[in-house]
Amino acid sequence: MSALVRIEGLGVSFATDAGPVKAVDDVTLSVERGEVLAIVGESGSGKTVTAKTILGLLPSTATTSGAVILSNKAGTSETDVVSLSKKELRAIRGTDVAMVFQEPSTALNPVFPVGWQIIEGLQAHSKISRKEARRKAIDILGRVGIPDPEVRVDHYPHQFSGGQKQRVVIAMALVLEPGLIVADEPTTALDVTVQAEILDLLRRCRDEFGMGIVLITHNMGVVADLADRVAVMYQGNVVEQADVKTLFASPQADYTKALLAAVPYVGHGTVTAEARAANRPADWLEQAPVVEARGLQIEYPGRFGRPPFRAVDGVDFVIRPGEVLGLVGESGSGKTTIGRAIAGLTRVTGGSLQVLGHEMNGIRERRFRPSRSRIGFVFQDPASSFNPLLTIAECVAEPLVIHGRAADASDARQRVNELLEAVQLPSAYGDRFPHELSGGQRQRASLARAIALEPELLIADEPTSALDVSVQARVLELFAELQRGFGFASLFISHDLAVVDILADRIAVMYRGHLVEGGTGAEVLGAPVDPYTKRLLASLPVPDPVAQAERRAELRRIREAG
Amino acid sequence: MTSTTTVSETPGAKPAAPRAAKTPGGGLGRYILIRALLIIPTVFILVTLVFVLMRTTGDPITAALGGRLTADQLQERIAAAGYDRPLIVQYLEYLGQIATGNFGTTISDNRPVVEVLVTYGGATLELAFYSLIVAFLIGIPFGLVAAYFRDKGQDAVLRVFAILCYATPVFFAGMILKLIFSVWLKVLPVAGRASTGAELQMQFLPNPTGLYTIDAIRTGNPAVLADVLAHAVLPSIALGLLTAGVFLRLVRTNVIGTLSTDYVDAARSRGVGEYRLVRTHAYRPALIPIITVIGLQIALLLGGAVLTETTFEWKGLGFMLAEYLQARDFVAVQGIVALLAVIVALTNFVVDILAALIDPRVRY
Repeated sequence: MSALVRIEGLGVSFATDAGPVKAVDDVTLSVERGEVLAIVGESGSGKTVTAKTILGLLPSTATTSGAVILSNKAGTSETDVVSLSKKELRAIRGTDVAMVFQEPSTALNPVFPVGWQIIEGLQAHSKISRKEARRKAIDILGRVGIPDPEVRVDHYPHQFSGGQKQRVVIAMALVLEPGLIVADEPTTALDVTVQAEILDLLRRCRDEFGMGIVLITHNMGVVADLADRVAVMYQGNVVEQADVKTLFASPQADYTKALLAAVPYVGHGTVTAEARAANRPADWLEQAPVVEARGLQIEYPGRFGRPPFRAVDGVDFVIRPGEVLGLVGESGSGKTTIGRAIAGLTRVTGGSLQVLGHEMNGIRERRFRPSRSRIGFVFQDPASSFNPLLTIAECVAEPLVIHGRAADASDARQRVNELLEAVQLPSAYGDRFPHELSGGQRQRASLARAIALEPELLIADEPTSALDVSVQARVLELFAELQRGFGFASLFISHDLAVVDILADRIAVMYRGHLVEGGTGAEVLGAPVDPYTKRLLASLPVPDPVAQAERRAELRRIREAG
Repeated sequence: MTSTTTVSETPGAKPAAPRAAKTPGGGLGRYILIRALLIIPTVFILVTLVFVLMRTTGDPITAALGGRLTADQLQERIAAAGYDRPLIVQYLEYLGQIATGNFGTTISDNRPVVEVLVTYGGATLELAFYSLIVAFLIGIPFGLVAAYFRDKGQDAVLRVFAILCYATPVFFAGMILKLIFSVWLKVLPVAGRASTGAELQMQFLPNPTGLYTIDAIRTGNPAVLADVLAHAVLPSIALGLLTAGVFLRLVRTNVIGTLSTDYVDAARSRGVGEYRLVRTHAYRPALIPIITVIGLQIALLLGGAVLTETTFEWKGLGFMLAEYLQARDFVAVQGIVALLAVIVALTNFVVDILAALIDPRVRY
């Protein structure tokens, strides 16, 4: 049986103002029928460019060399995608190869119903009656697990949840029954429990439809869960190719080894947390907590006559001096709202929230302002949390200037250099602008800004979720080091259990505004009690194909148990 | 894939069901009602502003007749018209009057302002309508072309064209057009809304609407309609080009934005053709911001109408506004400006509704 796609000596370079930039260099890969090939690598490794070449989706600035031999589903014809005309490309897109995108909310056109978009794909390739196309659209929506497809076919994308949207995107890819699906980070934008479902769906595409899948991802857990074979890309080259068990068991290339070592495992943080707990002073439990929430309730006002939305409902927790509380939950669970409320950025509407001795329920901004210097905040997206018109040094100096510790940015430069050194950035980087730093470097600078006033409390809201896994590992290490050095208490918010586990002394799990479970890492991760925590834990794919297969069976049991 | 193996949506997924249960388009009536109610305070504020701005410069009688009458005579007239009373009393009286549709009487030629508005308003609306058509016909297709050929030759040419369009003053463009088409080529009339013969025919109609296109159709005489349309060509182009340039840039920028989105790539990956990608997938979502700006443009269009109307002696509100301003007839000016303000408020209302119809997410 011939391969569905054979990529041979593929090279792609982009024309830029600074001359051509090579994105992919001499890549050779192939995908068989019923096989999932994972291409892993960090941002800029060329994995997405390689995948897009299969559909001929590269922008006009790209120059391609080599060959991409695509076969149709029946295996009766072969074409070299690289040499196809625009019209010929149109004919193979959707029928021979389809694509699933990273962000389901942007992959669907917001102003057309989903059924319309599925039907359009059908009509682009065959003379099919409107009625027949609609029947097919309803059928495929049902098959990817959209309930009530007869009704939902006429709904607009914004009326679906994130996971459902991704199902719709997959339905669009499936409807013309192509032989090959290219899935570009299909689960990155989704919550972990939803991710598990989408991975199941893709697995069914392979097993029941006999499709080949090219899976682009940076998540080694996803690779272990779904892939049959893995190609590791680094700086435009394939550095290693192996079947999935071999790759995880005995990686050959240095880069693969480093990549696997950087992946956080659940359960690895327990030891350090226990060591920290043993070193606490004897009277630690009697010390006044830095943050204490009792029956905390936060509502967002509804729009114009609509009822308010309760984001946080009856939550209790305590953060003691020098302690890291990890707050885990999916998008919309209320975890970010809690972080913002502690920083005084969101109003508390019920219950009690004590922050550094202030009752936040009903506090006035003027009274709280002096305490702001005692709280640091690290945002999720380092790209947008810096003013693009200020240099890094000016950004880091800002809290010092505002709280009167320095007259102006140049006066604070000495201290800024110390801070940059503390986060392992060369002090010369202070003169650069935010866009001149990489994501990881920006997040370090962001940490430097947060600790500039030596806060007693640091709130970190998903500080590493926008970063590559190896960069994430270094930033997490740095965070742990700074926490040891400065001894601040911290609320560390993340959707990733493994990340929280590395840093947190205690973990709290949020679900739909409620705190469903709390305790030390060993308690919550080792012996979860709440059904949601159990499912969350079981949904998290571990970067080990053998163990992951067992976990998948476990997850199925939990789901069936309800 | 059978439904038995279908993985159900877990409780962990975002609650989409309640929103989905709502039929698409539900709540549109409520949305329209809220927008409609918002017109009332908008119009009230606009009318108040016009009144205050007009009266801070003095009373209308002195403005219109000062220097031509003695101080005593002036005072007599001011008192007779009630302009010597406290401003707040006059303001309340003015509000009461316009609430009942009475805009007063012009000072310079002693006509009811309402009659002026009705007679000349039609001409302005007609001009604005034709100009908008010109603007749409030129601005939108060329904007799409420029976006698709971004940074290539076609785009560069169209961008220069757009700048020329909105940087050329209307009266200048109007004079050039007249010079070419009326004086040199002699194919189109120089000025006016219709030739005298055609105007006479339309005047004999029972209840003329003041909208010449409609009246011309009602005469049943193709020659009259041709005459009216020929007169509308140059003013519509002069005014329409101004707006077309803005539309072109607007469409180009927004479509460039939507062309680079995932959903356009996603449609491309389904095998959808390039023309349809631009015309449907990129254009429709791009319309949402475009429609909003178009609402603002209509205000500019009415402002531009003043210049166009005087250039082409197109006897509309703009033309009359200029006449009355010269006569310093503040009562007439006040009425015309208030009407233009109301038109702008109504246009914005319509634009909001259109935006809601295009974007399924705006609905309440």
